[in-house]
Amino acid sequence: MQHKLQVEAIQHGSVIDHIPVQQGVKIIRFFNLTQTDEKITIGLNLATHTGQQKDLIKVENTFISDEQANQLALFAPRATINQIKNFKVVHKFQVQLPDSFIGVLACPNSNCISHHEPVDTRFYVKKKSTLKLKCHYCEKTFDHSFFRELD
Amino acid sequence: MNNPLYQKNIISISDLSREELELILTTAQSLKHNPQPELLKDKIIASCFFEASTRTRLSFATAVQRLGGTVIGFDNAGNTSLAQKGETLADSVKIIASYADAFFMRHPQEGAARLAAEFTNIPVINGGDGSNQHPTQTLLDLFTIYETQNRLDNLNIAFVGDLKYGRTVHSLAQALSLFNCNFYFISPEALAMPDYILEELNEKGINYSVHASIEEVVDSLDVLYMTRVQKERFDETEYQHIKSAFLLNADMLENVRENLKVLHPLPRVDEININVDSTPYAYYFQQAQNGIYARQALLALLLTNHFQDQA
Repeated sequence: MQHKLQVEAIQHGSVIDHIPVQQGVKIIRFFNLTQTDEKITIGLNLATHTGQQKDLIKVENTFISDEQANQLALFAPRATINQIKNFKVVHKFQVQLPDSFIGVLACPNSNCISHHEPVDTRFYVKKKSTLKLKCHYCEKTFDHSFFRELD
Repeated sequence: MNNPLYQKNIISISDLSREELELILTTAQSLKHNPQPELLKDKIIASCFFEASTRTRLSFATAVQRLGGTVIGFDNAGNTSLAQKGETLADSVKIIASYADAFFMRHPQEGAARLAAEFTNIPVINGGDGSNQHPTQTLLDLFTIYETQNRLDNLNIAFVGDLKYGRTVHSLAQALSLFNCNFYFISPEALAMPDYILEELNEKGINYSVHASIEEVVDSLDVLYMTRVQKERFDETEYQHIKSAFLLNADMLENVRENLKVLHPLPRVDEININVDSTPYAYYFQQAQNGIYARQALLALLLTNHFQDQA
């Protein structure tokens, strides 16, 4: 049986796999991946071995840092990252939700002091399963759907 | 003996452990019975109210002066550089804190006290930040319960009124959850205790139940904590219909426990009939006075490392 790649292989760079559908484009936007000159391949609604669907992103000549990988978990808590060199996977790991996010998200509470002062926002992960985040300053806890950046 | 609160910030009640809360309450009791008029005689305390307040501000200033300290500050941010010249809160705090030994503040935005504490090395005490926290109110509530019941463990405590928007009841329930109390929540459905508080109580295994009227539970209570149901949250017909379930009058107290105390953060409107004032159960005015001792206790512990040894 002849196998056919759904998305073209890359020589050097990163492959972000197992992204839930609908999240691939949000990740591109959140990480400003449209601002780079490197070649980017996006696969949306691809079939998985289990018959479900996923999104996938390949970025040439770019290696995703641990910090970026953690931020990816906001969108795709079970994503895996493959680092490719000379068409071979040299490192593969699953993203991990960190204990906190610093300077990444704006507080959904418009009356939170973080909107008006020279500080980085900080959110603590309260519940990993459904992704609830608590603001360090106003102490309010928000479901991920409240964050504009994740919408 | 070193005290664990020396030079600490008091921002949120949930930052304090059970042991730290107990230390504050026993210190408040000690100061109530043994005044220390010279304890802070060389100390200057900044009292900065970026939002108006009457009782908290006067109670705090009284606490400082009863300990021999001096208060500087303002009671209205309108005349400050912050409002007039657009200075950031972070800069204001840095400057004011360089003049003082402790910084007490109220601010209309949530998180302001936490932020202030990051820009100074002196202890910051949160006197209320928007709808978030008001830990000195919670400490005076806890002190009043401790004073009247001789314990905080295993009490039956009802919270009545606006449980959705009232930061006082949220913080008090969070603090008392360290002491294994039974909670009874009595409010209009639209003003029920928020889910995040109930989730916290569930995680800690605290018993609580929800009731439609005070009379359902009043006879088994040790503490009845009343708050105001704000008329403006309902239309007039709906308000007239629901309000009677959340009003307290002396007739309802005929068969209650002898040790019951009725508390209220004040100001009250009509949720506690004045005929309750003369019953042995009314304790809300003493509760307000206890704010002075709770705030004195905080100042004593934050600013003197060996206060317990001197007391």
